[in-house]
Amino acid sequence: MKARVHVMLKDGVLDPQGAAVKHALGALGFDGVDGVRQGKVIELDLADGATEAQVGEMCEKLLANTVIESYRIEVL
Amino acid sequence: MKAAVIQFPGSNCDRDMAVALEKSGADVTVVWHKDAALPKGVDLVAIPGGFSFGDYLRCGAIAANSPICNAVVDHANAGGYVLGVCNGFQILTETGLLPGALLRNAGLKYICRTVGLKIETSNSAYTEGYNAGAEIGVPIAHHDGNYFADDATIAALKGEDRVAFTYSDNPNGSRGDIAGILSENRRVLGMMPHPERAFEEAHGNTDGQRLFAGLMAQLASA
Repeated sequence: MKARVHVMLKDGVLDPQGAAVKHALGALGFDGVDGVRQGKVIELDLADGATEAQVGEMCEKLLANTVIESYRIEVL
Repeated sequence: MKAAVIQFPGSNCDRDMAVALEKSGADVTVVWHKDAALPKGVDLVAIPGGFSFGDYLRCGAIAANSPICNAVVDHANAGGYVLGVCNGFQILTETGLLPGALLRNAGLKYICRTVGLKIETSNSAYTEGYNAGAEIGVPIAHHDGNYFADDATIAALKGEDRVAFTYSDNPNGSRGDIAGILSENRRVLGMMPHPERAFEEAHGNTDGQRLFAGLMAQLASA
């Protein structure tokens, strides 16, 4: 089983990298972008028997810092 | 006073920290991150600056889950003193010993220079050698020093007099200009600026000395 974990900064947490990307898009003439949020994607190649609940534990313990980040698990 | 300086792959201020503690009179042991226990009788654990584990995933995240950090958390929970500087502060927030998190600097740049630091409280072993309200100069050297916590946490830190230092001229976007905070029992301090780099005459600035001297005085009598 494979799982993909999407980690994003929570709403209300400043994302200076997203803001810089938005600025760069504007500089390239892409005027239609109102906001950019940058996150990360982590792909897990899981051994047989691993469960989505375990991936949740991995997110809580290491993959995301829930003080500032939210996560979403996608089982592939 | 017995101190342990924790060394991770990528730590780069471990030696400066050990020298500052030794010159202040501490008996210092450098402890490798794979060790599961601290040396017996340690009073203070210092987590130095650097780029533990290459800052992979998030600054301090992997270090916070290393074997030695379980022992550091136990030490703190048993009332022990812990000082985290720069990457050490990031690690302390990742372990949950201190609230909040350190985000990328608002200006996106790595900043390495001496900044003005206001002493917000003298009510801690770390800051008792300073007068509250005084301003000192201490170097910062970080890319991710932008302190973030939710409104309730910031209000609690302020209400409980747990903000140790604020920036005179906020360099990184930290909420409330916060540069360093204390735990509830005031024995765990996390700060982004480097007091161990403002310690000797040769550094050109000795404003950080009193932090170590205060700590030493407090722990010598303990």
